[in-house]
This record gives sequence, C-alpha cells and structure tokens, in this order.
Amino acid sequence: MAGGAVIEVEDLGVRRGGRLIIERCTIAVPRGGILAVLGANGVGKTTLLMTLTGVLKPEIGRLRVDGRTGYVPQLYDVAFSYSAMDIALMGRARHVGLFGAPRQRDYAIVRRYFRLMGIDDLEERTFNTLSGGQRQLVVIAQALASECDVLILDEPCAALDYKNQRIVIDLLARLSREHGLTVVFTTHAPQHAVEIASEVLLMYPAGPALGGAREDVLNAGNLSSLYDVPIGRADFVGSDRFTYAPLYGDGTEAAR
Amino acid sequence: MVMAPHSDKAALPAAAARKRLGGAALLPPLLLALLLATMLYSVTVGRYEVGVREVLSILWSHVVPGAQSQASAIAATVVEQVRLPRILAAVLIGFGLAISGAALQGLFRNPLVDPGIIGVTAGAGFGGTLAILLGISGYGLLAIAFGFGIASVVVVKYLATVGGRTSLLMLVLAGVVVSAFFAAAISIAKLLADPFQKLPAITYWLMGSIASNDYGDVALLAVAIVPSAAVVYLLRYQINIMSLGEERAQALGTPIATVRWTILLASAFISAGVVATSGIIGWVGLVMPHVARAFVGADHGRVLPVAGLIGAIYLLLVDNVARTATTAEIPLGIITALIGVPVFAVILRRLHSHGGWRGD
Repeated sequence: MAGGAVIEVEDLGVRRGGRLIIERCTIAVPRGGILAVLGANGVGKTTLLMTLTGVLKPEIGRLRVDGRTGYVPQLYDVAFSYSAMDIALMGRARHVGLFGAPRQRDYAIVRRYFRLMGIDDLEERTFNTLSGGQRQLVVIAQALASECDVLILDEPCAALDYKNQRIVIDLLARLSREHGLTVVFTTHAPQHAVEIASEVLLMYPAGPALGGAREDVLNAGNLSSLYDVPIGRADFVGSDRFTYAPLYGDGTEAAR
Repeated sequence: MVMAPHSDKAALPAAAARKRLGGAALLPPLLLALLLATMLYSVTVGRYEVGVREVLSILWSHVVPGAQSQASAIAATVVEQVRLPRILAAVLIGFGLAISGAALQGLFRNPLVDPGIIGVTAGAGFGGTLAILLGISGYGLLAIAFGFGIASVVVVKYLATVGGRTSLLMLVLAGVVVSAFFAAAISIAKLLADPFQKLPAITYWLMGSIASNDYGDVALLAVAIVPSAAVVYLLRYQINIMSLGEERAQALGTPIATVRWTILLASAFISAGVVATSGIIGWVGLVMPHVARAFVGADHGRVLPVAGLIGAIYLLLVDNVARTATTAEIPLGIITALIGVPVFAVILRRLHSHGGWRGD
C-alpha cells in the first residue's frame, strides 16, 4: 500500500470475550483520507475502532496508526450535569498531568474548536440538555481538543436528523480537507460513504472484511451481500450524484 | 494537527467566563470563613457557659508563648479537653466523608453512591465490634477497626478482579457481598456479647458518636483523612473523565486502573478512620456532594473542596445538636440519617425532574 499511509491494518484479528470478533481485516488509509466502515450490527465495527484507538490490543496480524487518535463514541448522556465546556475539556487528558487540571491554554484550545464548529454559544450549557446534534459536536470538539492526527468516530450520525447528519458529515469532510486530519467513521448509511469517504471497509459477520478505495469496494452487489438485503444504486436525474438504497418487494432484480 | 496555534481572541471569552464563574471561585474562601466561625461558635455551645472572648483567650494562650489566659481553669479544661477535640473530629469527619462520597460518585458515575459502597464501613464496623467484644479499647480498638476496614477493601478488590480485569459493576457487587458478610458477623458478635455491658457499648458505638473523641482520635482522623483528601483533590480532573465511563476514559488517555485504585484506597482510608474513631455515620458522604453540585456545577475541581467544607460545617452543626438537644447524648449517626434521608428524597426528585442524572 501507499508509503504515506497513516493507518495500516494487515490481516487483523481481535478477540473479545473469547470470541474472534474481527478476522482477516486489511486496510490502509493515507494522511487526510476518510475511511467509512460499514457492516451489520454486531460485526465488530466498534471493536475495530477501539483497537485503532489502542484500548483493545490486536491479537492476530499487524496494526499501525501514525500519530495520536481522538475517539468519538456513540452518542451518550453523562451521569452529572457537566457543562459543554467541562465535557470538551476532558479531551485534554493527554496534555494535563495525572494530578493536574486544565489551564487557560486548554480552555483556549477548546474554545478554538467550539468556534470552528460554530458552537461557541453552547459553552456553558448543560451537556445533557443539549440536542443530539449539539452533543455530537461537543464530543467531536472533545476529541479534537486532544490535538489528534486521526479522528475515530463511532456512528457519528446515528440518532441524528438529516440536517444534523449533514452538519456532521460536512464537518468531517472539512476537517480532512482543510486540516489534514485522517478520519475513520462507522455508519449504517452507504450515502455517507458515497459523499465523503476515500476508502471503504465492509465488515462481514464471518470471513474476511473487504477494504479498499471507495470506487472499487462500494457497489450495489457488495452492499447487498453485506446487509443480506437487496440494495440498488439510484442515480439522481440531471445530476452525476447517486446513492444506494435497500429495495424491498418486487422489481429488485431489475434495479440490480 | 495542522490547525493554527490558539489565537489571542480566546482570551476574551476566557475572561468573561472567569467573571461568570467568579461566584464559584469565591465560594471556598467564604465557606472556610464560615467553617471557622462555626467552630468558634461551637466551642461556646454546651451546658458549661464559656464566652467567645474566653475561648479566644484560652486559644491565644497556646499560640503565643507567655500569654496568660484570663479564663478559669475549668473553662480551659472544658474548651481544651472536652469540646475542641470533638469539634476537630466533627470537622475532619464531615470533610472526609463528603469528599470521599463525591469522588466515589464520580468514579462509579452514579450520584447515589455512598462511601459505604466499597465495604469499608461494614468491615471497620465489625472490627470495632470485635474489639469491644474482646474487651479491647483505646488504640487497640482503633487499630483493629481500621485494619478490618482496609482489609475489606482488599477483599473487595480480590473478589471483583476476574482474569486481571475489574469492572465497576463487579466492584459494587463485591462491596455488597463484603458488607453483607460483615453485617452478619456484627449480628453474631452482638448475639455473643454480654447484654448488660458490652451489647449497649457495641450498639451505641455502631450508631456513630464522637462524644468520647480525644486528641488521639483526632490524630488518627487527621492522618487518615487529610492526605487522602489531598490525593483525591489532585485527581479532580481524572475523576471528571472517569465519570464518562471507563472505556471512554481509556480512549481519552486516562490511566484508569491507577486512578481507580488510588481513589478507592484513599476513600477506604477515610472511611476506616471515621468508623474506627466514631462508629458509622451515614448519609453525609451521600448527600453533601449533591448540595455542593447545586452551588458549583458538576466539575469535580469545584465540587470536591466545596463538598468537603459544607460537609464539615454540616457535621459540626449536627454534633452541636447531638450534644445539647437533650440531657443525654444523641448518637450522631441517628441525626445525620434523620436529616439526610428527607433531604436525599428531595434531591432524588430534583435529579429526576431536571434530567441531571440519567442512569445507564
């Protein structure tokens, strides 16, 4: 694969709870690339992300991630009424010592990302009272505040409405394009991969994962076998844009 | 990261935020002043009349060599030997339990956690009961109760660690198991105790009281609580991160095992010290952190000191009631429960309606 790859995964296998969850997974992502990971529920997408962040150890194969990772878990509530600032400041954990607390500089860095994402007005709001989209942005700011090189997101668009999906997807594209960040995200919407991904990894319940450049991997046939549901490609009339969508009922063969 | 280093513009909102948080920053010194005033007032409270001026004169005679106290010898004894150790004990206990409760609630990301959750309280309670049963008092009792308290957290750690990993759920369950075991052991000890001499002593001791605390007790409390509270405070930012959940904390780069065991051990020291000297005093560690959060928000950097100071003032006031409300001494633990339970009920309802806490 390309020498400039920031993420290199080769024949990776990961066990969790005694069961081999990921097997023979290979993918490389260049600096500034965006990797979309697709697959049915329970195929190990989150496990793969946790392995990339270093929380889980690879047992089989090779894994190399160049630089620091920032992790954005699936949308969550917190047990206490932290402000959005409190939450985002936690991203500075690697820079603040074990016995330290965030300083002025840490606040400044968080505020910079809040401004970048247009959420500076949320700073003092209680995190749990924010909308799903706002919370997602605050947690992305938390990951960015760690000054990471690789941003890893677990279903950043799940539970978001179309407009907020748009905001998050555009933000990921912008972070990669303008700031050179390498992005890895999981999603259940092939549309998100079509729009911004440079590489795609399809994870199957059994057998090796299929990974590579988006043009090579993302097609109706692969998606249909991935989800075990007929999936067709739909081109928008009068535009070169397209999407993939499941086809239910009759006429599925024609669309393929 | 290729983004530009932080700009100067950030300083502006920072200053504004400092101003807005000014109230929260002023609170600790304010509470400290209130605590000192309450301590001074508490020395004057009681059946033997001692004025503030007399108290100050007695204290002054200790601070300044050669200064002569104008107070009577009886007043000096009452202040120095009877009231002061007790007041210092109340302050240390309230401070320690509230900080330990706040830290554990953060660590277990559950606002309903009490320092008793890790089994130390029941363990130390059994140690003290055993000591009384065996006719051991004084430093012997302190040592046995403290030892059992620390031993029980070691047992909890052992039970909760499966295959080198410890989950928070297993910790809580192991705490429940160890507490249940020691509660049963206490019952057996009570059953075996001489019903006229030792049984009342055990029962009274378990109800929690600092009536008989002397400077030896105060010294043990200080040694157990002050360093532990300091360590917990130093970990304030890590507690914030731990309260997101261990996997998320780990992904953020926090050494979760180090932070967890440091906080558990510090809390164990605090609880063991409290129970060894003063029996079981409940509800302070559970309720005070909530009061603190109502003032300063959830950030543990602000919650820990404020909870500690409020806890100290609270327990001091409760102890004043305990020793003056009736001619007989009321066990402290009874009053903290009588006040703590209804306050906690109110907090529960508030938590529920404000969405401040959502269980997993």
